[in-house]
Amino acid sequence: MSDHIVKAYDNDLSSLKSMLSEMGGKAEEQLALSIDALVRRDTKLADSVILADEVLDEMETAIEEKAVLIIAKRQPMAKDLRNVMVAVRIAADMERIGDLAKNIAKRAHAIDSAIPRRLATGLERMGQLSQNQLKLVLDAFAADDSKRAMDVWRHDDDIDALYNSIFRELLTYMMEDPRMISACTHLLFAAKNIERIGDHATNIAENIYYLVNGEMLKEQRPKKDKTSTTPFAFADKA
Amino acid sequence: MNDMSFKTVFTPPEPLAIKSHPHKIVAKNVDVYYGEKHAIHNLSITIPDKAVSALIGPSGCGKSTFLRSINRMNDTIPSCRITGTITFDGQSIYDKAVDVVDLRARIGMVFQKPNPFPKSIFENVAYGPRIHGLAKDKTDLERIVTESLKRASLWEEVKDRLSHPGTGLSGGQQQRLCIARAIAVDPEVILMDEPCSALDPIATARIEELIHDIKEKYCIVIVTHSMQQAARVSDLTAFFHLGILVEVGDTDVLFTNPQDKRTQDYITGRFG
Repeated sequence: MSDHIVKAYDNDLSSLKSMLSEMGGKAEEQLALSIDALVRRDTKLADSVILADEVLDEMETAIEEKAVLIIAKRQPMAKDLRNVMVAVRIAADMERIGDLAKNIAKRAHAIDSAIPRRLATGLERMGQLSQNQLKLVLDAFAADDSKRAMDVWRHDDDIDALYNSIFRELLTYMMEDPRMISACTHLLFAAKNIERIGDHATNIAENIYYLVNGEMLKEQRPKKDKTSTTPFAFADKA
Repeated sequence: MNDMSFKTVFTPPEPLAIKSHPHKIVAKNVDVYYGEKHAIHNLSITIPDKAVSALIGPSGCGKSTFLRSINRMNDTIPSCRITGTITFDGQSIYDKAVDVVDLRARIGMVFQKPNPFPKSIFENVAYGPRIHGLAKDKTDLERIVTESLKRASLWEEVKDRLSHPGTGLSGGQQQRLCIARAIAVDPEVILMDEPCSALDPIATARIEELIHDIKEKYCIVIVTHSMQQAARVSDLTAFFHLGILVEVGDTDVLFTNPQDKRTQDYITGRFG
């Protein structure tokens, strides 16, 4: 889009955008480190992730303040207005991603037994998928590209599918060996957190769609997370 | 809306403000020239009744020219020539049978600078009804003046000094006096040509509140340079650029999701 007559307005909007991309980078990093800390049960790394979440909170506040200031000073219209609104919403999503990553890191402390290799691989794979989704959606935002954002939006079901299989696997471990219940429950929450992070990435994608097209996405997202309706099979076993 | 007329520009779906209100003024294929200068190109638009329509666009885009065509104020400019049709309740306003004085009583106008007559506040409002013979007697005239001042939200401020000169009021009060004067002859349409550009923000807010209060009775068309004002007061917004009506849309849509790039650039402050 061409420049504003008032150059300072362009500067305001572009600095809002760079604040968001910086926050996005930080959120990606937090996510990667938290999964690493969990599967390796590295409590030191986990602590650094927990501590660094504060940075994301501060970034969110800074973005909100900047957005309020732009609205007050420039009274943005049309796409500029959508830009500011979307910035606030994306910052909120990334702040939530940070919280979820922090929660994953916390569980590194709680898990007392070694994680079976297969499970660790599954979790790492899920982490990579959600990291990749997050990276792609942030790239789409930087490029103002609604088509790429929609690709991300459609691919969330990969994460859901993986989450389903991890869920089932965890149930199996718990049924086979009750001593695993504590660790597996924590891993289940961690997997759920990663799945939620994927959902936040799709929220961001929906916001990019709105930013570019000027209307909300009406389509329903394909969902493959079936865990809420999966029955437990204890009764059959007995 | 006439589909043909939009051939050169963007064809939007019919705005809700036009669909849901009676059509008061319908312009079709209107061209306006000042001598050699082609001021408006092939303009077609429907102005809804009992609603506020805002005309926006950079200086020289033709919005005031179009506003002045609606009550034939352009007749006073010898070099001005107009083709196409503008109908008012289905009747062509450029028809030979139309009495211009009568037309302007039905289509009132409020100007950029408040221009009260150098007479008392009472006389400013009473003048129109008197020359048009709208009042039966003195009591009736007083009733009309009181009601008009009340409807223009000025009554409380001037009721004790109706005999004072209208020019002694503040700018905002003078503008509301001019609106009261326009209302006094019981018009159907009120045209406003940048009615707030000479006023401070508080006086502006009063006028906007007034526009909001009276819009259920009248068809209001306002030309404004303030996009925020257009967004605040109007139901329908029309964007003009270089003599072309670029986009007409419901105000809520036009300011959040304009369809034409020129509209987008103008309302976001990218060209002036």
